[in-house]
Amino acid sequence: MSTQQEQPTDADDAGTGQADDAADAGPSPQDRRMDKKADRRIERERAAGATDADAETVHLKVFRYDPEVEGKQEPRFDDFHVPFEKGMTVLDALIYARDEFDPSLTFRHSCRQAVCGSDAFFVNGRQRLGCQTQISDLDGPVRVEPLPHQDVVKDLVVDMEHFYEQMHAVEPYFQEEDLPDGDLEEQYQTRENREKVKMSTRCIWCGACMSSCNIAAGDNEYLGPAAINKAYRFAMDDREGEELKEHRLRIMEQEHGVWRCQTQFSCTEVCPKDIPLTEHIQELKREAVKKNLKFW
Amino acid sequence: MSESYNRGLIEDFGRWREFAPGMWAWILHKFTGWILIGYLFTHIAVLSNALGAAGNEAKIAAGEDIYTTTLQGLEGLFLIRVLEVGLLAVAVFHILNGVRLLMIDLGIGLEAQDKSFYISLVVTAAITVASVPTFMTGVGA
Repeated sequence: MSTQQEQPTDADDAGTGQADDAADAGPSPQDRRMDKKADRRIERERAAGATDADAETVHLKVFRYDPEVEGKQEPRFDDFHVPFEKGMTVLDALIYARDEFDPSLTFRHSCRQAVCGSDAFFVNGRQRLGCQTQISDLDGPVRVEPLPHQDVVKDLVVDMEHFYEQMHAVEPYFQEEDLPDGDLEEQYQTRENREKVKMSTRCIWCGACMSSCNIAAGDNEYLGPAAINKAYRFAMDDREGEELKEHRLRIMEQEHGVWRCQTQFSCTEVCPKDIPLTEHIQELKREAVKKNLKFW
Repeated sequence: MSESYNRGLIEDFGRWREFAPGMWAWILHKFTGWILIGYLFTHIAVLSNALGAAGNEAKIAAGEDIYTTTLQGLEGLFLIRVLEVGLLAVAVFHILNGVRLLMIDLGIGLEAQDKSFYISLVVTAAITVASVPTFMTGVGA
């Protein structure tokens, strides 16, 4: 291990002395490691044998639709029986089904670790990230559908254009022009302020919240939870000045901004990054009221 | 891009088993709100049609005016008594959930919103059950 290399060289004599003691007392670290490795191998083989014996499979029911192929234009559900592995996610199962059974199965995925936000699906009646959802947590058969309230392009791929438009509508970028006083060019943020916006910065644009929102489904102009959360992220950032905050609140306080939210908590419920979306929307509502209330 | 397939409203009542507490609270709040509005107008209609004897002192003293007879007639019906218990349940839930929504608007306890919904359900049930003896006295049922 690296600890041995880190030992100072001038302590060589003492070090070898200790090593000799250890060798006398019992097996060397390497032997112990080899033993552990052998144990692990045996365990792995036993686990593999168990899965072979049980032939444990995951039953996937996947939504299929392809407007370009005649005979696939009528939406249907395809069944896949994928061999289960410990730690398998819904995305793993879909990838296996595509690679081994049906190469025409279409879905978005990229990083496989809940960072890129490409693989939000409607799994067993709930918006989830495929790469973040363990098969073992789900009741079978696992039903995978494209995100609701969005047009399906093919199989599990939905049209995200509207979602991105709403996201861009709130100007989701830092726009302070003024540099801070002094020599520094960095825009410093206090730790407290960073804590405040921390959760809102975690958004990965997967669209799960927008898809779960009943209001967004009925009102195409509603900005939606993700976009409002983006606005919150910058409106609450102290590095942007008062003027910019007011500009952002002007976008938010419109009819189809924060006031469309009816606190159903669907978005907070499904957010794969655990962003308290409803809380952020409610806080922007209060900010908007505070801005407009004048008692004098 | 090819044309896309619209599945319509997928998160409709067909999926009610998968609704989360916040969604149920919203649905029940709308539902009870509409019932209260319906009751309000029925209430106004019944009362304004029962004022025929207004000013007729003798009839009022004898307890034979339209107002008294109408209300006594209604209160004598078992169905009306049951509906009154229902109305109380609806009103109590709407009030309690309204308080819950007020807290949510003030940003208090948003992490506990599901618990506060369950609490308002339990309190509504308790008050409704406790009110049954009061509402159901004197009807032959």
